[in-house]
Amino acid sequence: MSDLKYKYFLRIADNAMILGQRLSEWCGHGPILEQDMALTNIALDQIGEARLLYQLISELFPEKGDEDKIAFTRDISAYYNCLLVEQPNGNFADTIARQYLFDSFNFHFHQALQNVDDQRIKEIGAKCLKEVTYHRRWSSEWIKRLALGTEVSHQKLQDAINKIWKYANECITPDALDNEAHANCLGPDINQVSSIVSEERAQLLDSVGITVPENTWFLSGGKTGSHSEYMGYVLAEMQYMQRAYPDMQW
Amino acid sequence: MVKVSVSNVYDILKTVCDPEIPVLSILDLGIVRDVKFNDDSLNITITPTYTGCPAMHMIEANILAALKNEGFENVNIITTLSPPWTTDWLTDSGKQKLKEYGIAPPQTTKRIETLLDDQDIICPRCNSLNTNKLSDFGSTACKAMYQCKDCLEPFDYFKCH
Repeated sequence: MSDLKYKYFLRIADNAMILGQRLSEWCGHGPILEQDMALTNIALDQIGEARLLYQLISELFPEKGDEDKIAFTRDISAYYNCLLVEQPNGNFADTIARQYLFDSFNFHFHQALQNVDDQRIKEIGAKCLKEVTYHRRWSSEWIKRLALGTEVSHQKLQDAINKIWKYANECITPDALDNEAHANCLGPDINQVSSIVSEERAQLLDSVGITVPENTWFLSGGKTGSHSEYMGYVLAEMQYMQRAYPDMQW
Repeated sequence: MVKVSVSNVYDILKTVCDPEIPVLSILDLGIVRDVKFNDDSLNITITPTYTGCPAMHMIEANILAALKNEGFENVNIITTLSPPWTTDWLTDSGKQKLKEYGIAPPQTTKRIETLLDDQDIICPRCNSLNTNKLSDFGSTACKAMYQCKDCLEPFDYFKCH
């Protein structure tokens, strides 16, 4: 049970942390000032959620060290985020496609988290659900705006969806750990989340004329620590300070 | 420790301001959830506004400093997440102060479904309803950006949470 809890909570935390890190890379590079701020606000929310979860994990498993040690000193195979969130920012359409696919999952995941028994994860879920509600609206609106904007913006979004689609379903495909977590009332039934998310994604993309690729195979592995080639670069930057100056404070 | 009542403590907490929006005290914001004397210590329970809000750390430090200044040495700050903070806890005087400061106060949320009801935001400068959202996200986690189409002034809206 304790190994289950450790790994399952890390999954949720690492999704938030790595996406927060990716979005932070936009700081100062957004297409316009307002959207630069939106991207970094969402990054802040994600890192805020990750922090709450790492603090909880540290409290439950003191032998793993404090929140910073857990966030910044694990090796790549000990991160359990899905492959989707570690994908590079690309252009603005690539970031929006990644964000929407994640938000559509994350919103329904956090909603479903309200029905689990574990009080602590439920509390964090309820807190973050409010923030994720805003993220999902923002990324859905940008899906519409890009798809219905100009020919160029439509094409860029279509290309982005084509490129990232193979990573879209890892988060909504339950594996052994998801099922065990659900059986122990720690986590939601991912099959249920999955059908809602798939329908919502299909409906939105279809309504704005974006074609969903036909492939029925999806890449997975991140949730069990097998990451894409991009993850090493994310960690190299994210962990630099803690590796170079262990236990640093400021 | 000096013998004082809980209401004395609230009087001191009233002087601690939000570092990002200095017109609001932490009581106006509704983040102080409980004040309790426990033997020889004082426990203050607070709840964060946004999970990533960088002001929370400073607020804790400012609470400790304000209480220390009044002779309270043994103070514990406890953070609670549940029930999660909502803008419905902003006091009426807090909302009034926000408006005077140029930030449109939040609507009432009640339920998560109505969180996103952010139409009909009133311009805090000219009271016009003819306003337009520029961005869901603003200069701090708690604000969105709007513009008034009558007086043309851009303004912040303290969004529902």
